[in-house]
Amino acid sequence: MSLLLHLAAQNPGELQKGLSSIGAGIAYGAAAIGPGIGIGYVVGSAITAMARQPEMQGPVRTTMFLGIAFTEALALFGFVLFFLAKG
Amino acid sequence: MLGAFTFPPIDELFVWKDVLFKGTPFALNKTGILVLASSAILVFLFIKGSRKMQLVPRGLQNIVEMSYEFVDRGITKDIMGPAAGGWTPFLGTLFFFILFLNIWEIIPGIQFPPTSRMAIPFYLALQSYVIMLAVGFKNQGFRYVTHHIFPPGVPKALYILVTPIEIVSVFLVRPFSLAVRLLANMMAGHILLTAMALLTAYALTNAPPIAIGPFLLGIAVTGFEVLVAVLQAYIFTLLTAVFVAEGMEPLEHH
Repeated sequence: MSLLLHLAAQNPGELQKGLSSIGAGIAYGAAAIGPGIGIGYVVGSAITAMARQPEMQGPVRTTMFLGIAFTEALALFGFVLFFLAKG
Repeated sequence: MLGAFTFPPIDELFVWKDVLFKGTPFALNKTGILVLASSAILVFLFIKGSRKMQLVPRGLQNIVEMSYEFVDRGITKDIMGPAAGGWTPFLGTLFFFILFLNIWEIIPGIQFPPTSRMAIPFYLALQSYVIMLAVGFKNQGFRYVTHHIFPPGVPKALYILVTPIEIVSVFLVRPFSLAVRLLANMMAGHILLTAMALLTAYALTNAPPIAIGPFLLGIAVTGFEVLVAVLQAYIFTLLTAVFVAEGMEPLEHH
């Protein structure tokens, strides 16, 4: 750790680049947690609904895709943020 | 051993040099050519398929009719109601245009989805957004906005909290997320495929037996990208239909 800091002190530009890369990685990782859980809930509930009422499969699947799309948007914002933060 | 492997900067994967009409405002690069090619193919297929209509469809007419019916039943009538068949030409064009743009991602020799450049998803999202607002204002007048930002059945005091959230989520985030969803999915797929291809090439020159891993993974990812291309076109069209349908019914007074 101290070696890294010593190296970083010698060229500050590298330190900034490295830190922003770490920040971008953390940002995307954090942004993926919530939507991951959310999509799990959406699909799980849709499967339960389809198993209980197979005749409702069509509407349930359409609504499931809508739910996934809305939930997924947050993770994708994180993905875009990753490229912005990495700079 | 793998330490020497460097991934090219992102710009190198997505920014293309102008090829045609260099130096003029109409300069075309790979993205532009692919967009024009997709619309030409789309128009050609659908006109050819529907020119000599027969009672018992065969060949191309069969495919074209099935595609139309898929959008008509699965998207238009499911979301907008049975009387909204008139929206199918618009939604069908949207669906197949996006699908044809996305599918370039896995066509050998081309392997670049034009939808992974912001200009195209952004334009498509803007078009959906304008249509959504126009339909809303036409059928519901200014109540289209007030109904969204002051949702009925919410206690008056909560409007301090609800109204700003609704303004942001309905009128700002909606077109943005529509565009970003398509963009980010295709971008991620392109980067993933590039990474697999580059890893295979790198392993082939340095440690040939390892190359089988990324190679097989690349094939699997290609199959997955077919699914993503269809799904993203479907979701974009579905969401456009949902947003437009919200403004279609005149609001009852309460």
